[in-house]
Amino acid sequence: MLSAAPGGRVHGRSAGLGERLIEVGLLGCGLLSIFTTAGILFVLAIETFAFFREVTLAQFFFDTQWTPLFADKHFGIWPLVSGTVLTSGIAILVALPFGLLAAIYLSEFAEQRVRKVLKPALEILAGVPTIVYGYFALVFVTPILQAMIPGLAGFNSLSAGMIMGMMIIPMISSMTEDALYAVPNSLREGAYALGATRLSTIFRVVLPAAVSGIAASVILAISRAVGETMIVAIAAGQQPRLTLDPRLPVETMTTYIVQVSMGDTPAGTLEYRSIFVVGAALFVMTFTMNFVSQRLTRRYRSAV
Amino acid sequence: MASAGAPTAPEKLRMTQSAHSRPGRPRENSVNSEEAATKFRVRRLAAWFGSQQVLHGLDLDISKQRVTAIIGPSGCGKSTFIRCLNRMHELVPSARVGGEVRLDDEDIYGPGVDPVLLRRRVGMVFQKPNPFPSMSIRDNVLAGLRLTHQLARAHANEINEKALRSAALWDEVKDRLDEPGAGLSGGQQQRLCIARALAVEPDVLLMDEPCSALDPIATARIEDLIHTLRERYTIVIVTHNMQQAARVSDRTAFLLTGELVEYAPTDRIFTAPSDKRTEDYITGKFG
Amino acid sequence: MKHTGRRGVVIERLFVALCLGAVIVPLGLLLILFADVLSDAVQRLGWAFLTSFPSRKAALAGVYPAFVGTLYLSFITAGLTLPLGVGAAIYLEEYERRGRLANLIELNIANLAGVPSVIYGLLGLGLFVRIAGMGRSLLAGAATLALLVLPIVIMASREALRTVPLSLREGSYALGATRWQTIRQVVLPMAFPGILTGSILAISRAVGETAPLIVVGALTYVTFLPDSLGAPFTALPIQIFNWVSRPQAEFVLNAAAGIVVLLGTMLALNAAAIFLRNRYQKRTY
Ligand SMILES: Nc1ncnc2c1ncn2[C@@H]1O[C@H](COP(=O)(O)OP(=O)(O)OP(=O)(O)O)[C@@H](O)[C@H]1O
Ligand SMILES: [Mg+2]
Repeated sequence: MLSAAPGGRVHGRSAGLGERLIEVGLLGCGLLSIFTTAGILFVLAIETFAFFREVTLAQFFFDTQWTPLFADKHFGIWPLVSGTVLTSGIAILVALPFGLLAAIYLSEFAEQRVRKVLKPALEILAGVPTIVYGYFALVFVTPILQAMIPGLAGFNSLSAGMIMGMMIIPMISSMTEDALYAVPNSLREGAYALGATRLSTIFRVVLPAAVSGIAASVILAISRAVGETMIVAIAAGQQPRLTLDPRLPVETMTTYIVQVSMGDTPAGTLEYRSIFVVGAALFVMTFTMNFVSQRLTRRYRSAV
Repeated sequence: MASAGAPTAPEKLRMTQSAHSRPGRPRENSVNSEEAATKFRVRRLAAWFGSQQVLHGLDLDISKQRVTAIIGPSGCGKSTFIRCLNRMHELVPSARVGGEVRLDDEDIYGPGVDPVLLRRRVGMVFQKPNPFPSMSIRDNVLAGLRLTHQLARAHANEINEKALRSAALWDEVKDRLDEPGAGLSGGQQQRLCIARALAVEPDVLLMDEPCSALDPIATARIEDLIHTLRERYTIVIVTHNMQQAARVSDRTAFLLTGELVEYAPTDRIFTAPSDKRTEDYITGKFG
Repeated sequence: MKHTGRRGVVIERLFVALCLGAVIVPLGLLLILFADVLSDAVQRLGWAFLTSFPSRKAALAGVYPAFVGTLYLSFITAGLTLPLGVGAAIYLEEYERRGRLANLIELNIANLAGVPSVIYGLLGLGLFVRIAGMGRSLLAGAATLALLVLPIVIMASREALRTVPLSLREGSYALGATRWQTIRQVVLPMAFPGILTGSILAISRAVGETAPLIVVGALTYVTFLPDSLGAPFTALPIQIFNWVSRPQAEFVLNAAAGIVVLLGTMLALNAAAIFLRNRYQKRTY
């Protein structure tokens, strides 16, 4: 058996109890994120179950009115869903063309130097607090739109949706730009060598090759719009209404949660539980979209 | 294709037609005659990446309907050279070209020449096969025509089959034309890329180490292909493989650090090189 | 033959211009937004605005308790989230690089980053306010925000840890240091600036959050400063929301001024992050 150097010891453990405690502590920190998810699921689930002991699923899914705060209570989720879909739809209609074209510019046309400035500049758009956008939509954009569109209410989904679209432009442009940038240059060269112009190379070769990355970015942006709260709470109104008319006040799922939270609703009441139910529906929607988006991202990362 | 009625093979490169833009050369028919007509006339060709000069004044003539091989150690400028022949070099930001390249006597760097049109006459096959991943085999073959909006639907199948046959790929893929091009083997992908280049009906085919990613059998098939294509196309092939150059080419150019050391008929280069450096390189004493 | 020709060139130029427009127009709108806010805000901004309590009279109302609330919140949030986030990052990068558990945690963090902030509010309401019995307190608000920005802190810290070259760790092990000694004395000091920068940016994000605090129960009309972790509180975004929602037009000016203070706070945090990054980046080891 080998003997260690004089005075030295090679057997036993250098890592003492302290060392192991630290590892356990760090593991705890890592597990906290899992507890957070579990906490969200737990909190949403218990209140949702309590809610559905008093309200039937039929009332929830087949009624067309949402009035839990009135004496004549209805619990049809669709007005909130339609408000959410409408505002997010408008947002994506704004953000999609801007985001895609901006991404094409940054990836295909801009010089490296320009790109290094413009890309982070665009990302500022996503860093501005949403309360600021809400203010802008209500105080600046809505009056301008009212001058142009007769019958536009003071609270409406158009103005809120448009500004929300502005906010999510960088989500689309950044992720799409990453996807375009990841398209190998050999494909562009292949197209050029066939005598393709720049435009047909972009539209027929580069964009199709990046399509799953682009889809991922768009889905993530929609998910972000669906979960966005303050812009719609401030500028789109707080009236649940089953409509797709962008000129009218609506209420989104997120706004409803904020609206109830502003009042002092005692725990255990149906109103209190209703915000967790709406939150659960919101969670399911955004979780699904994020999941699909991540799947798509992984696909293009492995494909390219 | 709108040009179907054009009487002569060389299509015009200029965006605006001018009366004297094209000397009406008759097509060279005698494939086997020793002194073939000149396809490319290269004079004082220089190329830069930023401030680094990588080609230092090359002079050479490339014959029509011949196979010209470019050999030389890695980094000597072979790829850069052939990319100057279809103006792909300038796609690299900061890249620059000097000197003169004439294709059928027309200066391809002259004013008014559209590189896009040039590239439809001078096709290229790359070192690594690069089929378009979002397209089927058929769409890959027709990509050049689709990308340049020249495809008449009626001829699509015909063109597709002809190009695939020319690339010696038809029999292997005729039952799976709608499957993705990326699903083929490396050698098949490379032949697909050749078919894609041929479908545009170029007169020149540039090949940058087309076999370096392939096994010996796939390589042999591509070499056979080059033999048959030689009857209709002018081919310039970059290769690291001496035997390959000896097998497929009529003339061989040896480049060293951006300079043309020797340019002669292939058998002469490989049997009796006149420059010591050429000899060292082909006998493997070099680098 | 058909060819690109002049028309093709013109179309391409137009398209490039269109694409550039898609970058410039949103940035221009952002500038208009800032200009609009600033022009509304000037009438209210001033020392008095920073040091006044809210009031029913718009001209007298200020952001003092909201500003103080935001400062408290950000310090407490940082205190909670930093050790936890850095700890998780160290675990994932230094102990358990791959493996089932690490994968699960990683996937989970990515998902948490996409959960709408208002749902974190519901988590805080259900878990901290009710179950943990913290009530609608400063601590409940900060804990909620801490969970909200935890994924950001973890991701930023992991990036920073990854920049430390393996050779340095090996050098330390070769001297007979244990894993934790290596982390403490070699890895963390080198990764520290990156961790700090990322964390400051995360806190800046927390400062701008409104919805979760509303759900957790921040007050909107506060005439006192919070004196303990258990005290009720308000914050800048809440105060702004309150002012924007008032029917009286003159409160809009207060909202604008509040926004300027909020953006100023965030800008200061971002500037600090950039300053730290530049300062430490110059140092080469
Ligand atoms: N995109 C580029 N930017 C800057 N320099 C480049 C670039 N491409 C090539 N070079 C340089 O130009 C010189 C010639 O390169 P080239 O690719 O033509 O060599 P090659 O002979 O084709 O080599 P190989 O046999 O390895 O393909 C080399 O010194 C190389 O470093
Ligand atoms: Mg090369």
